[in-house]
Amino acid sequence: MRTGIMAAGIMAWASVSASAGGAMEADIQQWQTNNGAKVLFVARHELPIVDVQMAFDAGSARDGDSAGLARLTNHLLLDGTSALDAGEIARQFERYGARVSTNSGRDTAEVSLRALSEAARLDPVITNLADALADARFPTDAVERVRQQMRLGLEQAQSSPSDLAERAFAQGIYGDHPYASPPSGTLDSVPQLEREAVVAFHQRHYTASNATIAIVGDLEAPRAKAIAEQLSSKLPTGKALPELPEVRLPTSAQTIRVPFQAEQTHVLIGQPSVRRGDETYYPLYMANHMLGGSGLTSILAERMREERGLSYSSGSRITTGARRGRFQMSTQVRNDALAEALDVMRGSFVELRDEGPNAERLEASRRNITGSFPLQLDSNRDLLGYVSSIGFHNLPHDYLAQFIARIEAMQATQVTGALNAQLNPAQMITVLVGPEATINAVD
Amino acid sequence: MTARNALFALIPALIATPGFAQSQSGVSEFTLDNGMQVLVRPDHRAPVVVSQVWYRVGSSYEGRGQTGLSHLFEHMMFKGTEAYPEGRFSEIISREGGRENAFTGRDFSAYFEVMAADRLPIALELEADRMANLQINEDALATERQVVLEERRLRTDDRPEGRFGERYAAIAHPATGYAHPIIGWADDIRQFDVADLEGWYQQWYTPANATLVVAGDVDPQAVHALAQQWFGDIPSRDVPAVYDAESLSPPGERRLTYRDAQTQVAQLRMGYSVPSLATAQAASDPYALLMLASVLDGGEGARLAEEMVRGSEVAAAAGAGYNPMTRLDSEFSLFAVPSDGDVGAVESALRAQIQRLQDELISDEALERARSQLLADHLFELDSVFYQAMQIGMLESTGAGWETLDAFEQNIRALTAEDLQAAAQRYLRAEQLTVGVMLPEQSGDGA
Repeated sequence: MRTGIMAAGIMAWASVSASAGGAMEADIQQWQTNNGAKVLFVARHELPIVDVQMAFDAGSARDGDSAGLARLTNHLLLDGTSALDAGEIARQFERYGARVSTNSGRDTAEVSLRALSEAARLDPVITNLADALADARFPTDAVERVRQQMRLGLEQAQSSPSDLAERAFAQGIYGDHPYASPPSGTLDSVPQLEREAVVAFHQRHYTASNATIAIVGDLEAPRAKAIAEQLSSKLPTGKALPELPEVRLPTSAQTIRVPFQAEQTHVLIGQPSVRRGDETYYPLYMANHMLGGSGLTSILAERMREERGLSYSSGSRITTGARRGRFQMSTQVRNDALAEALDVMRGSFVELRDEGPNAERLEASRRNITGSFPLQLDSNRDLLGYVSSIGFHNLPHDYLAQFIARIEAMQATQVTGALNAQLNPAQMITVLVGPEATINAVD
Repeated sequence: MTARNALFALIPALIATPGFAQSQSGVSEFTLDNGMQVLVRPDHRAPVVVSQVWYRVGSSYEGRGQTGLSHLFEHMMFKGTEAYPEGRFSEIISREGGRENAFTGRDFSAYFEVMAADRLPIALELEADRMANLQINEDALATERQVVLEERRLRTDDRPEGRFGERYAAIAHPATGYAHPIIGWADDIRQFDVADLEGWYQQWYTPANATLVVAGDVDPQAVHALAQQWFGDIPSRDVPAVYDAESLSPPGERRLTYRDAQTQVAQLRMGYSVPSLATAQAASDPYALLMLASVLDGGEGARLAEEMVRGSEVAAAAGAGYNPMTRLDSEFSLFAVPSDGDVGAVESALRAQIQRLQDELISDEALERARSQLLADHLFELDSVFYQAMQIGMLESTGAGWETLDAFEQNIRALTAEDLQAAAQRYLRAEQLTVGVMLPEQSGDGA
């Protein structure tokens, strides 16, 4: 289901993972295609499969005034050429057992292929993908259909408190920055997205100079080179896109209330974090790991769940992007416990920021992060995502090893310093989605 | 998503992702003297191990008054023993660079660790300890009951799809253990006491009712020795007989019309009661049902997307699926979201699709496409070591047996268009059908 109308799986953890760690990182080969697409390749011969991901700087941060345009364009990539319609394109993948999907977020838009490596099955699906991308025609009826699917998805999201909270939070922390714009668009914007805008967006963003091609699997470099050429050669060379503007931090703390009738109130608290490549990311990563990023052993899970029974799921996360990502604490609590929950969440953050981590917790966290090193890249799929991200963000090939080395050497003072420099309760946004009387009764 | 206790069901039934590992599964099987089963699946791609302990007990083992007991008990398994008091288990696994969690399904309760391969003994020692020495006290139960009620609000009570799903299951599985939710009815959850949980522990958490599944960078003999070392001394107890109510056969066509004040978009679910790998009389039937689901919804080029989502555009989304890994009879599931609120139109279109499977032979091209997809997906699943262990555990705890893995490719390849037509005629019958509709409160009747 590309439209995401039915809820996706619960098994977020099922992508458990890992790899032969450092050995693998040395195995990344990188080059450019003739017309300037970046390619990263890792050979993995244990299974007779090949994964390919093409990532473009074509996420919702490029939507401009047309929220949802990047997502609509991405959904329509494989929906028709001058020769084939959407069903014919799809069946050309399916008859060889290949799986293809499209996906888009704030920074990137992707198309991913998983296929069997046997030439008789791989060659035709690569040709099919290359043709579909090079000659994407965006038929009028397909535009209309996908727009309607997106509109229904948005209507359905209005009955989801977590979706409502996410939208309000992004708007709250990013203000007028392009990251504030919801990737799936809005009920006002989506009906106004026209085919001409899709075609123009596609021409500008789906270009070779704007593409990162990651290839992982059972093939050798010459074959990977040929595949990358085939996929990119018919793309326009294109021009580099303008840099995104800097994210401006909120100037004061604010509570955003979204009325919703339910037994629980959904809570998000946080602010913009740092951009990818910022050195303070590493101590912030560790702070987040201790606070709410390490499952049941984290401070928030202990205090909210294990000690008080206030919620099933309490935690925090930190992300980075081409511009500042986000730091976000989240929970869902029964309405009569909202005030207590807010005290615990905010208090736990302030305590960590002001007093720093105790030595035992810092060491436990360090051991978990470094000890789980082999689990990070143990499947081809994990490796593909890792390699693609290294390419898109221009990270060093030994990024994971460098990351682990920084965690090994991390001092408590660095963690406290980074928290104080980058995250400030006086500029954090709180989003409350719950019954009006409940959310109006707290600050 | 944090942490432990993923509720497990329904979703696999709605999405066409049947699972199996490979034609030569490479599984080694051992049985300890106390009756505990040990299954090992080596995969040396990365220095990582997945360890899972599966108990043959889940929500389908519960009667009214007991619903949710398996799941609440699973939460209590993290509450500590004398040797490792509350919190220590998670702390130790985390310090060793591992992840741990647990999940409860209709037919199983399972506990797992994912770690660097050389840390396997740590996981086994901790799992063996809580199999035999769990302590359950009043305070911990009181706290965990609140956590589970919050979980219920999050998953079900505050979501239109959750409210609809519970109502649907209650009529789709009349009189069987699949009629109630895995998490349990709230009134049952509120009334459990320590004695109920201790009783469940005594009854089901015994070596002869457990399977240890280990997958990853390990040697089967070494795992056998470790399992003997840590689990071998746990005294054997008899496993009680399982009581399963006889289902009504045939149950007759049933219909649910549910109006929800918060839902914005009408939805349709349809399900036929069909055999599973464990209950099928003819061994080939579950594979025929997998193929039928793939013909309908193997991808964007398959019939439902081609004819209902594009084509007539009657649906904004449509799908079909079949999960063969269930202990009791399973369901062949269909769903659709009408593109303009007309639920009657998508129901007619889905019924026409079923009729077509019964009336027409599937073309060679469509048959080959479904076959290619199922066999390729089956190979792709080997990319996840965790999923390999999951499949083995599910097959064992639903009664199909892990050996099923070895027969997958052969069974898929053996099916003809005539076999699929016969299966559609035999199983996709109105007297086995449940139709469920969820409507926005203010809309017309939609039917």
